[in-house]
Amino acid sequence: MTLAIEGWFAVDEDGVFLLGTRCATCGTVTFPPRPGLCPNPRCDATSMETTRLPRRGRVWSYTNACYPPPAPYVAADPYVPVTLAAVELDEVGIVVLGQVKGLTVNELEVGMELELTSGPLSDGPLVWMWERVS
Amino acid sequence: MSVVVLGVGMHPWGKWGRPFLEYGVAAARAALRDAGVAWTDVEFVVGADTIRNGYPGFVAGASYAQALGWSGARIASCYAACASGAQAVDIARTRILAGLCDVALVVGADSTPKGFFKPVGGDRPDDPDWLRFRLLGATNPAYFALYARRRMAVYGSTPADFAAVKVKNSRAGSLNPMARYRKPVTAEEVLASPLVADPLRLMDICATSDGGAAVVLASESFARRRGSRAPVRLAAVSTVTPTFPSTILELPNFATDSCAAVPAPERPFRAAIAHAAYEEAGVGPEDVSLAEVYDLSTALELDWMEDVGLCPPGEAAKLLHDGETGLGGRIPVNPSGGLASFGEAIPAQAIAQLCELTAQLRGEAGERQVPAARVGLAANQGLFGHGSALIVTT
Repeated sequence: MTLAIEGWFAVDEDGVFLLGTRCATCGTVTFPPRPGLCPNPRCDATSMETTRLPRRGRVWSYTNACYPPPAPYVAADPYVPVTLAAVELDEVGIVVLGQVKGLTVNELEVGMELELTSGPLSDGPLVWMWERVS
Repeated sequence: MSVVVLGVGMHPWGKWGRPFLEYGVAAARAALRDAGVAWTDVEFVVGADTIRNGYPGFVAGASYAQALGWSGARIASCYAACASGAQAVDIARTRILAGLCDVALVVGADSTPKGFFKPVGGDRPDDPDWLRFRLLGATNPAYFALYARRRMAVYGSTPADFAAVKVKNSRAGSLNPMARYRKPVTAEEVLASPLVADPLRLMDICATSDGGAAVVLASESFARRRGSRAPVRLAAVSTVTPTFPSTILELPNFATDSCAAVPAPERPFRAAIAHAAYEEAGVGPEDVSLAEVYDLSTALELDWMEDVGLCPPGEAAKLLHDGETGLGGRIPVNPSGGLASFGEAIPAQAIAQLCELTAQLRGEAGERQVPAARVGLAANQGLFGHGSALIVTT
């Protein structure tokens, strides 16, 4: 199982998790992971610890790509429109963008709950995706 | 002491397929003519960089200086995505304010490829702009669509509201000889155009264009010596970054900052950009005669109207439907026709906004003239936390 990017998400028996970083000093969380300085300008922590982000959140907004996105995206042939959702993870106060699996824009709503999963890009490697809560 | 806009010039926008240098040089020569300044009298030249045309575009200041003929002027080049032009203006303005020069030329121009903007080429897995395409297929319009859909959910905006922005801007653009699209469109045409990123359609989204714009800036004393009467003053240039935590998903990011430890700032990024300019100019939204805002999508124009304080949050569509933001209205927004009529030529657009504000304040905007224009505001936002706002006054 090849991941499209290393260190940004993990797939194991407990499910799919986004890997962010958390500042032990002020509690700020980031995604993608950011191992260096804490992004809070009033915090002087210089290292962030890897953390698993909550797997569920509410849709902040959503859209799709009706035309094939340009390279480096590898579009399937024939092209299937990509659905995207920005999902709000309340516990960590962050909104994370991802592809949506198994739902079209007509089935999405702002505020709807989604859950993290993974799915393949059209050339094979896995990426994190949002899906309907099981 | 203030800095004045002594001359403005543009190359008509379109899809001409020629090198960006040609557009920049044409705009520069037009601005110099307008200012009554010889190129060899320019002490400082700043080029806003373009990143899709190889080496000369990365060092735009020197490229334009060479094309105009090496004159020994001091130069600078800068890149700040869509805020490049405003930063170039700010660099020139700062140098004049510091007393290091009296007259400066600022140039921005671009030649764009067809279709979606793409990241810089090559295999670049450490570049977030490259990664958002690779991992998500998230184009620029996808981000505009996220904002549009969010606006629909929060304020009840509709695709018909968005189409009305395009109708208004196309009417203004039809009166602007520098605009690429000169044909007024109807709401039906917008709503029948193909979906690009739901809920935005082709005619909701600005095209990529070729184009160029330039301004000649000068110290007040230089302008006076040249006998310039009632010059347009550059009262503010804001180039603020967001304040942590920035909680609106920004192009090209994968996620927002976290508000777990620090609450979101009272003034989100777009509002902060304009606010800093108002503070610097000592004016408020109530003083603004006209505004040029970044209508990368029709829906974004509504967001910007609220962000620059022309109306409270959620009320932009009402102002639009009441005709207040059209030509002849109380506060025209994008009287130039906006990006809807011009398209994007990234390093040129903030400079083009300044050209329009200047023409309006001089009373030289022809059929699209805003009567008695005294204060003009322009605002835009670029990748990775770049934003800019300019204010000019009579």
